[in-house]
Amino acid sequence: MKVEQISIFLENKSGRLADVAEVLAKAGINIRALSLADTTDFGILRLIVNDTEKAKQVLKDNGFTVGKTEVIAVEVPDRPGGLGHILTVMKEQGINVEYMYAFVQRSGGNAVIIFRFDEIEKAIAALQKSGVVILKGEEVYAL
Amino acid sequence: MIWNEEFETLPREALEALQLKRLKSLVERVYTAVPYYRKKMEAAGVTPSDIRELGDLRRLPFTTKEDLRLNYPFGLFAVPFEQVVRIHASSGTTGKPTVVGYTKKDIESWAELMARTLSCGGAHRGDVVHNAYGYGLFTGGLGAHYGAERLGAAVIPISGGNSKRQIMIMQDFGSTVLMCTPSYALNLADVMKDMNVDPKTLKLRVGLFGAEPWSEKIREEIEKRLNINAIDIFGLSEVMGPGVASECIEEKHGLHVFEDFFIPEIINPETGEPLPPGERGELVFTTLTKEAFPVIRYRTKDLSRLISEPCRCGRTFCRMERITGRTDDMLIIRGVNVFPSQIEHVLMSIEGVEPHYQIIVNREGALDIMEVQVEVSEEIFSDEVKVLERLGRRIEREIKDLLGISCKIKLVEPKTIQRSEGKAKRVIDNRKL
Repeated sequence: MKVEQISIFLENKSGRLADVAEVLAKAGINIRALSLADTTDFGILRLIVNDTEKAKQVLKDNGFTVGKTEVIAVEVPDRPGGLGHILTVMKEQGINVEYMYAFVQRSGGNAVIIFRFDEIEKAIAALQKSGVVILKGEEVYAL
Repeated sequence: MIWNEEFETLPREALEALQLKRLKSLVERVYTAVPYYRKKMEAAGVTPSDIRELGDLRRLPFTTKEDLRLNYPFGLFAVPFEQVVRIHASSGTTGKPTVVGYTKKDIESWAELMARTLSCGGAHRGDVVHNAYGYGLFTGGLGAHYGAERLGAAVIPISGGNSKRQIMIMQDFGSTVLMCTPSYALNLADVMKDMNVDPKTLKLRVGLFGAEPWSEKIREEIEKRLNINAIDIFGLSEVMGPGVASECIEEKHGLHVFEDFFIPEIINPETGEPLPPGERGELVFTTLTKEAFPVIRYRTKDLSRLISEPCRCGRTFCRMERITGRTDDMLIIRGVNVFPSQIEHVLMSIEGVEPHYQIIVNREGALDIMEVQVEVSEEIFSDEVKVLERLGRRIEREIKDLLGISCKIKLVEPKTIQRSEGKAKRVIDNRKL
């Protein structure tokens, strides 16, 4: 039910994002989804890729600090209120969203959103109970 | 093992009698042979006959780096030049280097002192000594080299640099004893990790590290990462080079000063007054046996204190506490005295923080701004911005608690802070004072 995400520490220096993209391209790794959180001094790049282990290794080999986190990929019906429903479920359960970002690809007719919750197991249970579709890792990497 | 049982375990009374005898002869020699010293003594109203007991040492004037500079290059040599067989010089970051000379007997004494140092760290005949101190004008390389030979160990005179090759040689030659600066030891640990070399597969057993101040936390880090015992050794070229003092492997607490060769004192760096036993201040050394380049009450600018309690290793020499800073690497930021070692102490007390850091000081308007750059290792990295920001704030708060001044923590990517192959450069002061 969980999806592996890699995160990379980036100093706010020009060209660092390009360096990451180049390392991944050379290793033949495909980026599925990404988000960049930035502060005045540094940024954290979060990626879902088709081969997490390989991506992590090549980035480490190139001197980047890389972390791995478990996140959830949720199918969100592409209509008004689709996202609202999911967030209401979390609110009722007292689960916090640490961050979220959308997938470029669709799954069937639905949008896919990546969530990082503070209580991941509780979030999975609550979402499943309320009928929300959670994608498996393999499904996400292959989208 | 104690290399020279006879001298290193002399009862204090006999040791002090030997020191007095040697001190009298030193003052006599220097007074006769070096006009500069004679003039300084005359100005201070002392003659060699005034030295009747060890306490009279404090009547003699200090020698400073400035005295050495004024006599560049050979003005303070105390023997005819034909007797000098070796010349070393310190790097001298500003202006001319500091030049020191050795007679054949001085080289012999130095080898003895470094053999004692190696024995202090548990090295012995049959060891393979991987000497990564720089060979050249710097005293580290050749000083350690002669000591290891005197000990009867096999020396690899590898010098500094080219870390990958160093590690290959450690593997192939079975190095058992590592000698280098502590910052270079950490550099070697990093490179080993990059090369996927597990230190447990090496024969390294002990490392003797010196030539720059380091902390207890760095010791833990080196011991863990290289899987060795790390020993602190001390020396400076003006006094001899390495081999002035060394920790014993039994205690690893305080460095035994080889007192049959050197008299240590601790003074108040501002007033020059000797401090009561056990107090912290500036270390001062007098060389008792050196022929070519003796020094009287040389001010090292290193900060330490002396421990007179007996040590369980059996050596009767007093111990100097590991150097906690230098009077001249002290930064004055907004009127507060700051030592890089204090910043290091805070950083190393936080789990996962790498021992690579740099302090950058700028002046914006009339205000000093101190920035501390810390590398983000995998242990402290998080995918959440708030976690990293919290870490930065925590370090800022702890530094403020310790020093009373605020600073800015900048998290930087790994390996962006330059690694040293000799002495680490911890401070960049951009202020134009």
